[in-house]
Amino acid sequence: MLMLLFPSLASAYEAQPLAANPQVEARLKVLAVELRCLVCQNQTLADSNAPLAEDLRREVREMIAKDMSDKEIIDFLVTRYGDFVLYRPPWKPTTTLLWLGPFLLLGVGATGLVVALRRRQKKLTDVTLSEAERHRVEQLLSEGANRP
Amino acid sequence: MSRFLIPFGIFIVVVGFLAVGLTLNPRELPSPLVGKAAPDFSLPQLHDPGKVISSNDLKGKVWLLNFWASWCGGCKDEHPVLNHLAQSGEVPIYGMDYKDRREEALAWLKEWGNPYSIVAVDEPGRVGINYGVYGVPETYVIDKAGVIRYKQIGPLREDILEKKILPLVRELQNQ
Repeated sequence: MLMLLFPSLASAYEAQPLAANPQVEARLKVLAVELRCLVCQNQTLADSNAPLAEDLRREVREMIAKDMSDKEIIDFLVTRYGDFVLYRPPWKPTTTLLWLGPFLLLGVGATGLVVALRRRQKKLTDVTLSEAERHRVEQLLSEGANRP
Repeated sequence: MSRFLIPFGIFIVVVGFLAVGLTLNPRELPSPLVGKAAPDFSLPQLHDPGKVISSNDLKGKVWLLNFWASWCGGCKDEHPVLNHLAQSGEVPIYGMDYKDRREEALAWLKEWGNPYSIVAVDEPGRVGINYGVYGVPETYVIDKAGVIRYKQIGPLREDILEKKILPLVRELQNQ
């Protein structure tokens, strides 16, 4: 974390590309946008310049070079850093609310809207005026019309 | 009346969520490694590069593994706590000099004191990755069977030591 404050120090540790192998780099690119940098938590592994992100890219590159599958590489990181390292959290009992929450809120909002609209419609149509009220309305309207 | 009760109810729920959510520290991630075997390592020692320190040598005792570096500010904050703990002799502390330079690490320990039984050197940070380290200092409590029992992210403080780490260490030592 602190190495961010000392870029000169950080650059000393910059991982050298293992091989300028375009296939490895292409797979790294695809994987790295799915993975979170643990230091700058709102950046992907692809975006981040944190030294840890450099190291993790190096690890991922090596695993790609060893021909490991995407799942094996992701499992490697999840066993060490937890689900937090994934930008797409997995579907689990603990993440149910995370996945369903937005739809739940949408449902509650939509129901509220329908109820409110129905209620308003009822108010607009069902109200009848008594004779005295009608008279008062006419009086008020004509008063307004007589004003300069 | 219900016109006001419903928005008020929603307000209370939102306040409840925010009260909990805003006081959590997003930097403290639960470690999936607690309860699992501590990853093995075999690394050169800081004070004697010719010698190797291996996690296998530490089986059979309870020990602390402290990731630190001379460039790390939080490590300086927690260092008096480690020195104090080392003096008490309650539990051995093994250091992991993480992504550091040997001369700088040695000078740092000379200046601030050395609480470590042995310091291992993890210059490329690979052991750090195996332990899920994402910001030094981090401290692990490892039991006699080599299982991680606790992970402290960020600097240790006396109160964390007294309330969490030492009671756990004593319990594990009696097992």
